[in-house]
Amino acid sequence: MSQKIMVSFKLNGKETDVVVESRELLIHTLREKCLHTGPHIGCETSHCGACTVDFDGMSVKSCTMLTVQAEGAEVLTVEGLAGLGGGGDLHALQEAFMQEHGLQCGFCTPGMLMRAYRLLQENPDPSEEEIRYWMAGNLCRCTGYQNIVKAVQYAARKLRGEAVETSHPLMADTH
Amino acid sequence: MEKDDASLDRLAALEGMGCARKRREDPRFIQGKGTYIDDIKMPGMLFGVMVRSPYAHARVKTIDKSRALAHPGVHAVLTADDLKPLKLHWMPTLAGDVQAVLADEKVCFQNQEVAFVVADDRYVAADAAELVEVEYEELPVVVDALAALAPDAPVIREDIRDKQTGAHGARHHPNHIFTWNVGDKDKTDRVFDSADVTVTQHMWYPRVHPCPLETCGCVASFDKVRGDLTVYLTSQAPHVVRTVVGLLSAIPESKIRVVSPDIGGGFGNKVGVYPGYVTAIVASIVLGRPVKWIESRTENLSSTAFARDYHMTGELAADRDGRIKALRVHVTADHGAFDACADPTKWPAGMFHVCTGSYAIPNAFVSVDGVYTNKFPGGVAYRCSFRVTEAVYLIERMVDVLAQKLGIDKAEIRLRNFIRKEQFPYSTPLGLEYDSGDYEPALRKVLAAVDYPALRAEQAARRADPDAEWLMGIGVVNFTEVVGAGPSKACDILGVGMFDSCEIRVHPDGSAIARMGTKSQGQAHETTYAQIIASEAGIPASVITVEEGDTSTAPYGLGTYGSRSTPVAGAAIARASRKIREKARQIAAHLLEASPNDVEFDLDRFVLKGSPEQFKTVKEVAWAAYNNVPEGMEMGLEAVDYYDPPNFTFPFGAYVCVLEVNRYTGETQVRRFYALDDCGTRINPMIIEGQIHGGLTEGFAVAMGQQMPYDEAGNLLGATLLDYFLPTAVETPHWETDFTVTPSPHHPIGAKGVAESPHVGSIPCFTAAMVDAFAHLGVTHMDMPHSAYRVWQQCRALGLARQ
Repeated sequence: MSQKIMVSFKLNGKETDVVVESRELLIHTLREKCLHTGPHIGCETSHCGACTVDFDGMSVKSCTMLTVQAEGAEVLTVEGLAGLGGGGDLHALQEAFMQEHGLQCGFCTPGMLMRAYRLLQENPDPSEEEIRYWMAGNLCRCTGYQNIVKAVQYAARKLRGEAVETSHPLMADTH
Repeated sequence: MEKDDASLDRLAALEGMGCARKRREDPRFIQGKGTYIDDIKMPGMLFGVMVRSPYAHARVKTIDKSRALAHPGVHAVLTADDLKPLKLHWMPTLAGDVQAVLADEKVCFQNQEVAFVVADDRYVAADAAELVEVEYEELPVVVDALAALAPDAPVIREDIRDKQTGAHGARHHPNHIFTWNVGDKDKTDRVFDSADVTVTQHMWYPRVHPCPLETCGCVASFDKVRGDLTVYLTSQAPHVVRTVVGLLSAIPESKIRVVSPDIGGGFGNKVGVYPGYVTAIVASIVLGRPVKWIESRTENLSSTAFARDYHMTGELAADRDGRIKALRVHVTADHGAFDACADPTKWPAGMFHVCTGSYAIPNAFVSVDGVYTNKFPGGVAYRCSFRVTEAVYLIERMVDVLAQKLGIDKAEIRLRNFIRKEQFPYSTPLGLEYDSGDYEPALRKVLAAVDYPALRAEQAARRADPDAEWLMGIGVVNFTEVVGAGPSKACDILGVGMFDSCEIRVHPDGSAIARMGTKSQGQAHETTYAQIIASEAGIPASVITVEEGDTSTAPYGLGTYGSRSTPVAGAAIARASRKIREKARQIAAHLLEASPNDVEFDLDRFVLKGSPEQFKTVKEVAWAAYNNVPEGMEMGLEAVDYYDPPNFTFPFGAYVCVLEVNRYTGETQVRRFYALDDCGTRINPMIIEGQIHGGLTEGFAVAMGQQMPYDEAGNLLGATLLDYFLPTAVETPHWETDFTVTPSPHHPIGAKGVAESPHVGSIPCFTAAMVDAFAHLGVTHMDMPHSAYRVWQQCRALGLARQ
């Protein structure tokens, strides 16, 4: 058994202390010690991005980071997203994914949301091409991405204070 | 007018059939509050890791687990010797074969399960798995399915070497699994002998993998005090798993609770039982503690159900006008080392016999030989609808080959051969009865939408230009699906008829709980099932809770795969809703002091005929059901329905793909993909669209990049996301979708399944477009995947690339 280390970081705004082996991956610490099971694991080669969290203002694949590297960091996970607009309201992105049907099984969703959250701060008015490229670290098996792109566009408009409308009105004419 | 507005408001408030209802699942998923297998934590829970074979074919000489057992934090190391006394070193498969749980005397594919290490957590278990020492003696390997039946081929399955008869008839070679024939061979042969035109084409539908983003896993918990077993696992068919676990463990089903919680995608990967589930259950029984097993991506890609691997030879006989007279097909099916192919028991090649497609082909004969190879088991998975992917690929490719030989346009030849609307229900020469279809308007709608003549004109101009760097290909596909297994006379899973079920209970306040025997893996059953109930029973979808996956609460069903949820459970839901509606109508009549015959259902209420101001809402009736029912009527308001479908449903589609292919690099760009799907009555158009987008993306992946190549030593190459092609948002084309509505006449709400259609239909459409880009140079077929390298090789062979 290797030696254990105490690591302190801020998780969704809350001071958090964990005791880990130096080899422990951040994703496992978040999921198993902090019980934040929103971030998921979809691969072991750092491709899928299901584990994406926001780490000191960066989108980071938490399966490819050691927890000991998080000392002093500010980490945001999907669980902390709803509060970020102030209050407990859903973040514009969460609303957007729901309105635009940007998720199905929901497994990639927490990583997608956290990546899109950072993307829209880096680029508040992205083109479709930019959204597709900047979200390319996140794999989805269900949606074919098209509605995810729409969801990011919806959220971008909302965050810019523009009027938003879902592409899937409830009672639209179905021919 | 005001009344109409009020009705519309009531209609909207129901959020019933046909509306783009937002998903009930989303609030938890967008907040990280879903509950997937690996989120489950139980007191005292341990973690299990598999030790796997590095060899494709080898004798297991010795297994030394002493160092692993001595490692701190390790609780058990299971091998075949530990499972033998329980007769669990082998397990039955859905195909009627057996599969090794832990390798006994030999391993038959690389990454096969050899030992199961149980430790305090996944880190310790991984360390200890490294300490298990296995001594192997390598054996010659069979990877080429077409060579598996050679007289001197190495024998893969020594356990059944001398078994002359398998689950599906006679075996004539140790590596032969089954031969399955359907159709009239003699008649078909005669038509071929005298036909004006015949064409033949060999094609391989390569081995691919469904690769759900969440891998397979479970948490098994045997309670020694109560003597019952609870297993949370990634199952698309939890009731079937409970029955199987009961059969294997001799624990009565009443003491087994199988729960499928939220599942991170299934795509057919999570139908069967895997060794990891069995070993976790055994370990939990032995240790009396919960045991979690979560496989890695590599394990998932290299040992759980693959898809396809059909080596097909198609033949068509036709007259000079391209009217098809007969179809003849032979398939060599590579099933890997154990036949674990998920199928209804009587159908070892699934529904492959839908391969006459959308065409009125009078004669057909199909023969499928299943063979063993040193590869991991599977076959049926990945939106295949039980081999319909292969069937549709075969016929659509063959029709193209015929069109090319006769110089007939590829859309035109389809229009000439379609089964016409008035021919439905249509009996095919291979024994299916298509329920409904209207193919011609669908194809014409698609051709008009893409301006097909203009595309062909552009292509002709491009072909005329010898310097054009980009070749242009147009793919046209018309498919007929067969989904909704199925009628119990024809379809069973391990002897259980393939019905499905629904149970609805209306509470006194008019809200309801409903449970079904299916299991969503993202297809939004929690949302859409409530929409059916809302329309059929007048209860707003917003107050209907839908649950699936817990075998202790949900009615027995066969699960979700083969796009069977809407056809089978959807029907049960409608019928259970109607039972409730009928009882509610009688209660309403009682409350209105009228004859039930004078009371009719209107959206969310029961109205006295001729006096629309006199009514009782469903909500009012629900309350009365608990305190004031007609004399002699049972109190309460609930219903159950187990639905044995009279037939499958046969949705169809017309797809067009336009590809640009670079002759110097082999690189491909999808310029346009237009998909029209007709799945009859549409429950939720938003959800259908999402299913289509996902399925088309899978089709793009399969056709353009996915493969699972084996080297001669039986090493699986590319079983990680380093090589296995999963498109990102960048590669994935923009999809255009469309629809027509041709309801299923036998289905209670006219709805057909749809979710696999986009995968089934798009793959041959990509290949069709790719081959079409080279058709003017005499190319009739190119095997998938159409990756840049492989396409470049084609360009090079034709002298198109720079040498």
